[in-house]
Amino acid sequence: MMNHSQPQGADYNYTVVRQFALTTVLWGIIGMTVGVLIAAQLIWPQLNFETPWLTYSRLRPLHTNAVIFAFGTSALFATSYYIVQRTCQTRLFAPKLAAFTFWGWQAIILSAVITLPLGLTSSKEYAELEWPIDIAITIVWVAYAVVFFGTIVKRTTSHIYVANWFFGAFIITVAVLHIVNSMAVPVSLFKSYSLYSGAVDAMVQWWYGHNAVGFLLTAGFLGMMYYFVPKQAGRPVYSYRLSIVHFWALIALYIWAGPHHLHYTALPDWTQSLGMVMSLILFAPSWGGMINGIMTLSGAWHKLRTDPVLRFLIVSLSFYGMSTFEGPMMAIKTVNALSHYTDWTVGHVHSGALGWVAMVSIGSLYHLIPAIYGHGRMYSTQLINVHFWLATIGTVLYIVSMWISGVMQGLMWRAVNSDGTLTYSFVEGLEASYPFYFVRFLGGLFFVTGMLLMAYNVVKTVKAPKESLPALAEA
Amino acid sequence: MMSSFWSIWITVLTIVVIAGCFILLFVVSKNTTGVEEGKSMGHSFDGIEEINNPLPKWWSYMFYITIIFGVVYLAAYPGLGNFKGFLGWSSANQSIGTDKGIKEDSAAAVALAAKEQRWVQYDQEVEKANAKYSPIFEAYLATPLEELVKNEEALKVGGRLFLQNCAQCHGSDARGSKGFPNLTDGDWLYGGDLATIKTTIMNGRNGMMPPKGGLPIEDSELKGLAEYVVKLSGRDHDEALAAQGQASFMKGCFACHGMDGTGNKFMGAPNLTDNTWLYGGSRGVIQESIKNGRSGVMPAWKDVLGEEKVHVIAAYVYSLSNK
Repeated sequence: MMNHSQPQGADYNYTVVRQFALTTVLWGIIGMTVGVLIAAQLIWPQLNFETPWLTYSRLRPLHTNAVIFAFGTSALFATSYYIVQRTCQTRLFAPKLAAFTFWGWQAIILSAVITLPLGLTSSKEYAELEWPIDIAITIVWVAYAVVFFGTIVKRTTSHIYVANWFFGAFIITVAVLHIVNSMAVPVSLFKSYSLYSGAVDAMVQWWYGHNAVGFLLTAGFLGMMYYFVPKQAGRPVYSYRLSIVHFWALIALYIWAGPHHLHYTALPDWTQSLGMVMSLILFAPSWGGMINGIMTLSGAWHKLRTDPVLRFLIVSLSFYGMSTFEGPMMAIKTVNALSHYTDWTVGHVHSGALGWVAMVSIGSLYHLIPAIYGHGRMYSTQLINVHFWLATIGTVLYIVSMWISGVMQGLMWRAVNSDGTLTYSFVEGLEASYPFYFVRFLGGLFFVTGMLLMAYNVVKTVKAPKESLPALAEA
Repeated sequence: MMSSFWSIWITVLTIVVIAGCFILLFVVSKNTTGVEEGKSMGHSFDGIEEINNPLPKWWSYMFYITIIFGVVYLAAYPGLGNFKGFLGWSSANQSIGTDKGIKEDSAAAVALAAKEQRWVQYDQEVEKANAKYSPIFEAYLATPLEELVKNEEALKVGGRLFLQNCAQCHGSDARGSKGFPNLTDGDWLYGGDLATIKTTIMNGRNGMMPPKGGLPIEDSELKGLAEYVVKLSGRDHDEALAAQGQASFMKGCFACHGMDGTGNKFMGAPNLTDNTWLYGGSRGVIQESIKNGRSGVMPAWKDVLGEEKVHVIAAYVYSLSNK
């Protein structure tokens, strides 16, 4: 039977959890709206209004930074602070430092929102912020590690729960990645040059870039999954042993996968081969998390019919499984020769970003927000249901259009006539992509609309008198 | 080639990680937890328990298969440090020497290629492509341009070559843009007959107008000059101002643009009377052109594409304004 012996909720530090949970929704809306705008600019270029800071080149890094580091990472802060307290049965270590991580992180996001549209960038993808902000990130991140691991140390449980393994791995690795990749020589307050050059710089960049995906967007969110799926389903985790194998294999293999971003470049052959092989072996460990999450539903499948929160979580795992199958496949050099530099990559990223990261975060927040505001449920379950369908349809529109567009581009670029000339010029490939850019824009619009419903639902829940929203009786 | 230290470092780390995954999978497949399979592990975290279920069989097999694939791949291809793999494959210098009757990828083949400065695969691929496609283009080259412009197939080939090599400046529709001539309007800086078009593409052009034509023209004269150019192009103008401009024009502009302003195709000096503008025909832009001069470069293509392809492109470009 479930063991419900735990300290009263009042004992836990929920202040910082609440702050991060609410900013997650806010930054999600902002980051995704910018994404929809730049998707629209690809169809209607005049939407940059001939204004430098509204151009695609400046808004694209703002979009990626906002969704990864403002939305995604805020979600990780909120859930990890919540989960580590509840599964260690102890209050957060160093509460003032925890408060500092919140205000510090918001200040960093704000400085990104200002500097990126101004065109201040280190030009490293997903690491565009200039060196003073990089230093601030390091300081806040170390504070985060102190709070998280401090809480683990003072836990009152004998074991450390699997969710915390994933959060721990994510926090340590992101610190290492960020520090190594951001090493630069400053020449002024807003300009610096990477410490690395040439192929080494590219390799360090994608070692960072792919592990931002592997540890921040995968390991971190698996930590989230390992708490909220069993909680929402009311079922025990399917297999303890599966969690051991897939955790250790995942973190050992992911760190090698970066070179698959640099196939057929100046990177040495041996590096490309290793990147491809490790990415392929990574397939099974990635699916371990999906299997463990979905099988946790054994004996509770019927709940999917009535519980849209659980549906969010399970569908996110399906998208996770899909993109972690697609990823190793795209890492194979022969496949990569077709997929690289096309919209297929963009589709793959968003099947992970919208389908997995955003949907598991949304599901988790719908469980978390009532809990930290003293309610049994969200203000409107019906709205959650509508949000679920908007998010699912939006994601499917996005990734299917990018699949078609990407494969088409890859085939058009390599088509050769019998006289040795290329069959299509670049512009023809672009023209052929327009209809799919429109469908992608539509998908993004669906997704943001869902987020707006969420914001309304969250505000109504937060403002509701305490305990006025009791949990619904199980069907 | 890396030092043997780094080679060993990479090899050992790779083997430890892959073997480690294998051992982990193998060991955890057996139940050594002391808890019966299907039962709870006995700890609870905030009410969450964990079941000691076995690893799914299909999943374990999938894991083993990817490990085996990885090991085979690293045996066959470069990956483990300096080890080349038993296939001897490399992304560079593939098939060097085959055309010289030397064994592929042998040290002798690489040495010979280096000596002859036949640098690597690119040359090989160019050679291969030429062997395959040059008969087509040689046939076109043997056809006089006057006949080639009637060959629909050749024009299609020329159009594709144009899109890949010329459209970057002249546009996909060949209508150019500011500073890049429109090739469809029948207006030619250097002449629009077939032979001249081909010469232009083969050797390139340097369109050069020095600031103020290199003449003793004062800034105060620019307004009048621009007005005179407007008059030459047959547009509404201020007669008095244009007369002042004409006096300035006679300081030497006529040397290139001609007494009547109709230009000179030998020098590529634009005709100022046809109201077709390379950089823009407004009074402001005309003043700017006179004041700062203009410099336009069309690169030479004979060494990039070879005469065979230039020949076909010339026919295509001609066809754009001679339907």
